[in-house]
Amino acid sequence: MNELSWIDGVLTAARPQAVSALLRYFRDLDMAEEAFQEAALRALKSWPQNGPPRDPAAWLILVGRNAALDSIRKTAKQEPLPADDVISDLEDVETPVAERLDGSHYRDDVLRLLFICCHPELPATQQIALALRIVSGLTVSQIARAFLVGEAAMEQRITRAKARIARANVPFEAPGPVERAERLAAVAAMIYLLFNEGYSAGNDESRAPLSEEAIRLARLLLRLFQTEPEIMGLTALMLLQQARLPARFDDNGDAILLEDQDRSQWDARLTAEALALIDKAMRHNRPGAYQVQAAIAASHARAPRAEETDWAQIDHLYGALERMQPSPVVTLNRAVATAKLRGPEAGLVMIEPLEERLSGYFHYFGARGAFLLQLGRKAEARIAFDRAIALANTPAEAAHIRQHLDRLKREGER
Amino acid sequence: MLYALLCYNDEKAVWSWTKEENDAVMGRLATVQDRLVKAGKMGPSLRLVPTTAATTLRKDKEPPLVIDGPFAETKEQLLGFYVIDVANLDEALEVARELADANPGGAYEIRPIALYNPERRGQGAGSI
Repeated sequence: MNELSWIDGVLTAARPQAVSALLRYFRDLDMAEEAFQEAALRALKSWPQNGPPRDPAAWLILVGRNAALDSIRKTAKQEPLPADDVISDLEDVETPVAERLDGSHYRDDVLRLLFICCHPELPATQQIALALRIVSGLTVSQIARAFLVGEAAMEQRITRAKARIARANVPFEAPGPVERAERLAAVAAMIYLLFNEGYSAGNDESRAPLSEEAIRLARLLLRLFQTEPEIMGLTALMLLQQARLPARFDDNGDAILLEDQDRSQWDARLTAEALALIDKAMRHNRPGAYQVQAAIAASHARAPRAEETDWAQIDHLYGALERMQPSPVVTLNRAVATAKLRGPEAGLVMIEPLEERLSGYFHYFGARGAFLLQLGRKAEARIAFDRAIALANTPAEAAHIRQHLDRLKREGER
Repeated sequence: MLYALLCYNDEKAVWSWTKEENDAVMGRLATVQDRLVKAGKMGPSLRLVPTTAATTLRKDKEPPLVIDGPFAETKEQLLGFYVIDVANLDEALEVARELADANPGGAYEIRPIALYNPERRGQGAGSI
C-alpha cells in the first residue's frame, strides 16, 4: 500500500480531535489550524521513518502545540530558525501526553469545534462549508466544487464566516449538561444538513462525498457521546438513506422511486448497522425526531418488497413526528402513508389544508396529482401534475411527473 | 483441533468502504472460504456491526450494569463468545443477565452480527 496515502487517512481521522484540542490551547482558530498543519507536515517526514505513533491525535496535538509555541517565541525574539535537531524528543512525546488526553477531554473539545461552525448568525450553507474546512480538513477548492461555486468566492465566504465566529466568544470551559445538549442538537442539525447536501444532489459525484463525510462526523460524535439516543437515531437515519444509494438511479442517472427500487441492491452492511443503532436507542425511552425518522426508514428497510411495507407502522410513526416537529411537509408524508392504508380520498383530505403553505413545493402537487389520478379525477390530476412539473427541482423529478402526464394524455386520446 | 481466528482492523476505515470496495474484499474472501469448505475445514464465520452499536453488561457489579458502548477495559482478555438468535437487544440482554448469574465477573459485550455464515463443512460456498 502507498505509505503516504495511508498517512493521509490517519491525519484525516485524527484531525477533528487534534484541531479541537489545539483550539482549546490557543483559543484562536487560525492558530489552531496552522499548528495542526505544521504537525501534519512533520508527521509526513517522521512517520515513514519511525512508524506511526500509537495515538496519532495525541502526537499531532503535542507536536503542533510545540511548533506553534516555538514560532511565537521566535517571532518575539526575532531569532533565526533553530535547526531541525534542536526540536528534540518528538519520538517519545506520545506516552505521557496520551495518558493526559483521555476520551472525556476530547469529547467536549470536538463538540466545541463542531458547535463553533453552527453559529446561528451563519446561514446553513456557510455552517456546512466551515465544518468541512475546519473539522473535516477539505481544501477550499474541494468545498467550492461541492457547492458549485468558484474557488475565490468560497475562499471569501469561509474567511467571512471565520471572522464572524471569531467574535462569537464560545466559552472554553467544559459545558454543563444543558449547554452540552444544546450544542449536540445544533451540531446534529448541521451534520444532517451536510448529509442532505450530498444526498439531494443524487448521483452527482462531486457532491456525493458530502453524505459520506456527514456519516463520518456522526460516527465520530457517536463514539464520543455513546449514550445519546438522538445521535444514534441521526446516524441510523443517514445510514439507512445512504444504504439505498446503489439502487436510487437508473443507468441514465434518473431517480428511481423508493417503491420501484431493487432492494437487493441496498447496502446490507449499512442497514444492519442502522437497525442495531435504532434497537439501542429505543432502550433509552427518550424518543426524538431523528429516532422517529430513522424508525420510518427502518420500516422501509425491513420490507423485502415494496408491497410488504408496513404502512400502518409508518403512518403511526409520522403521527408521532407530527407531534414532535409539526410541519406541513411531515403531514404531507403522513398523508402518503394514510392513503396507502385507507385510500387516496383520505390522503387528499389530509393534504388539502396544506395547499397554501406548500404552494411552491414540488412534492405537494406530485402527491395531490397521484391521489386524484387514483380517484379517477383525471382533469384535476393533470392540473396538479402541471403545477408539479413547473416546480420540479431536478430533471429526474420532472421526468417522473411527465410519465404520469403522458399516460393521462394517452388515456385521454383513447 | 478447532481454532478461532479473531479479526482485527480499524472499523472507521473498513466501514467507510464503498459497496464496490466491500464487495471486492468479500469476493476474495469467498474464494478462500470456498476452498476451506471443500476441504471440510470451515466452521461458522461472521461479521460484527461496528462498536458504536455495542452495549456492554458489566457483570463485576451487583446487579450487573448495562452501559452503551464497547467493552473498553484492557485488563481483561477475550475468553470466549456466544452466538444467540433473539428478537432484539432487550432479549439479548436478558440472556446475558442469565449467563452473568451463572458466571459473574468481567463483562459481556453485546454486538449485533451483520453477516452470519453457519458451519458448512463439505458443502458448496455460501456468500458473505
